[in-house]
Amino acid sequence: MNKLVKLFITSISAITLALVSFSSSFAKVEGDYIVLGSAISLTGKYSSNGVHTQNGYNMAVERINKMGGVNVGGKSYKFEIIYYDDESNPKRAAQLAERLIKQDGVQYMLGPYSSGLTKAIAPVTEKYKIPMVEANGASRSLFTKGYKYLFAVLSPANQYLEVAIDLAVEKNGGKPVRIAQAFEQDAFSQDVRLGILDAAKRTGSEIIIDDKLPKELNDMAATLAKVKATKPDVLVVSGHTKGALTAIRQVSEMKVDVPMLAMTHCDAAALSKQHGKKSEYALCASQWHKNLSYSDKFFGDGKKYDKDFTKEFGYAPPYQAAESSAALLVFKDAFERANSFDKNKVRDALAKTDMQTFYGNIKFGPGGQNTAKPMILFQVRCKGDDCENKVVAPTKWASDKFFYPTPKWSERS
Amino acid sequence: MDLLIFQAPILIVQASLDGILIGILFALIAYGMALQWGVMNIINIAQGDLVILGGYIAYTMYLVGIHPGWGVIVSPIIMYFVGYGLYKLVINKVVDRDLFISILATFGIAIVMQQLMNFIFGADVVVAQSEYGTTMLFDNSVTLPNSKIFAAVISVIYAIALVIYMKKSKLGRAIRATAQNARAAKILGVDTEKVYAATFGINAALCGVAGALIAITLTLHPYVGLPYTVRSFMIVIVAGLGNLPAVAISGMGLGLFEEFADYILGTEFRIGAVFMLLVFILVYRRFKLSRKREYLK
Repeated sequence: MNKLVKLFITSISAITLALVSFSSSFAKVEGDYIVLGSAISLTGKYSSNGVHTQNGYNMAVERINKMGGVNVGGKSYKFEIIYYDDESNPKRAAQLAERLIKQDGVQYMLGPYSSGLTKAIAPVTEKYKIPMVEANGASRSLFTKGYKYLFAVLSPANQYLEVAIDLAVEKNGGKPVRIAQAFEQDAFSQDVRLGILDAAKRTGSEIIIDDKLPKELNDMAATLAKVKATKPDVLVVSGHTKGALTAIRQVSEMKVDVPMLAMTHCDAAALSKQHGKKSEYALCASQWHKNLSYSDKFFGDGKKYDKDFTKEFGYAPPYQAAESSAALLVFKDAFERANSFDKNKVRDALAKTDMQTFYGNIKFGPGGQNTAKPMILFQVRCKGDDCENKVVAPTKWASDKFFYPTPKWSERS
Repeated sequence: MDLLIFQAPILIVQASLDGILIGILFALIAYGMALQWGVMNIINIAQGDLVILGGYIAYTMYLVGIHPGWGVIVSPIIMYFVGYGLYKLVINKVVDRDLFISILATFGIAIVMQQLMNFIFGADVVVAQSEYGTTMLFDNSVTLPNSKIFAAVISVIYAIALVIYMKKSKLGRAIRATAQNARAAKILGVDTEKVYAATFGINAALCGVAGALIAITLTLHPYVGLPYTVRSFMIVIVAGLGNLPAVAISGMGLGLFEEFADYILGTEFRIGAVFMLLVFILVYRRFKLSRKREYLK
């Protein structure tokens, strides 16, 4: 009996070993499939945006596969993605990246959600020389480390609100403005802050309040009281969805009058839905908006993407989903130009990317960031209780005029 | 810019009122913690998560169209049973053990609660709208959200009601007796098991009230419970167990301290200042105790 058990165990482990080694040597391209890997936050604190990212990836995979797949060496291949749940935990994400590369034999990676997790994975992909196209890590520090295998389809974080300062100066008749700013103490928000510092220097503007909000941020009454007392021309807030929701709640409750309020993460926070009219006139930085007139042959333009995505997943796509879909288009384009599955050739092709997608133009700078796409600003505008995001800057893409200055609370109904 | 508060003295009024109002709310959470710590000798790490769960109950009401203000009545009722259930399920196995085990057990409860809330309510930050408006003082230069005033008033009402209940009712007396000496209470016929369960339930109910108030004054997220646990821990450490007026004063003091630290040291040191204060108080208490030739239990 004992011998039988031993034999059984030995044979099982032999088969497993054989399978593992088999899969790792062929997994990058299996039959007609190009296998991509991604660690993604399906549980934990980033799970909602993680799911948006995954939906964006899946939608693009399905669309590309349906429309002829990827042509390499005269043969058509389809995309397939292996996902693992990283539990919103950077350490776990790095482990999973190793596992994808070493055990599953993945040779091409898609990024996770958030700058923090991308930062955790990038050293791993770099070590194994695995090209990674990421769509949700905007932190500037990702692009200053000299990574060769990291490519980001989105604009870096320091560009998020620079446009807002330019806009404020323009509205002030070209004269410098007085800026009050409050940023959470995390990599992303601090990068947004650096962008504002640059813009302030460039325009000669003065920063009169520069608060760093704690990570446990839930009350910014003190910052807003300072804003009330000093009356700046523009108030800039960045602290993810929590920051956006807290700011609108307390600005409206404390009746803080400021001509211009600029923020990040408004659409992720569903600001206009959660706060309704109170969020009107807020200016928000966004990577993408459905009304932009970029287009490609897979998704058509933004409006069509919006419609198709809503039909498939039952909610309107936030920019996190759109940029994730764009990552797949970039991969497809690079594979076809490289005309090979050699990861170094694919990497070189990625570096030479210069294309338009429904999400925007994509061209990578030396650090891997997308240099071809500007950030846009939209403004929340309401008709009755129905609020919508309208693109107001840059002028080229604006669908509506920027409403300035924000009316005083005493004049708002 | 550092000393803006002295250039514009009206800010002192604003900061004081903000601090006191939010401090009262912290004090309510801390009171629940002090109660069950005193009675059961358990430090409840899941305190903040009970608060957030209470908040989600009010938020759910808001979603189905009931005014979230009613959460201050509905949420404690539901949370009482949640607390009671948690006691029967986990806490009764760690009562009377050493403090470390209770910390581990409640830490486990905290993690499970966070994940469940994430699963049920999603990972998005949410707010419930009360539409209570704003009170303006001194020619609009000081503004107080009515939701914060409402929160403070409700907290005070609940605290007073609880004090009276503890003094007058049979269960209240049993709870106090158990806190003084569980063994003696048991010998004299108090069903301590029942008292423990009720105490934990009452603590959860207080968290429920606080949570409902937080849903309409601040924001909710499955993972923001810990700061509330830490703050209430702090307040209880400063005030001592079983001393309600001290809990109230220490709560308001903490609120004030945080606001003024924000103006004087800068927003980034707001939480840091609170922890510095905690270290200072612990060292001071240790110093006082060492002179008394007693030991810190």
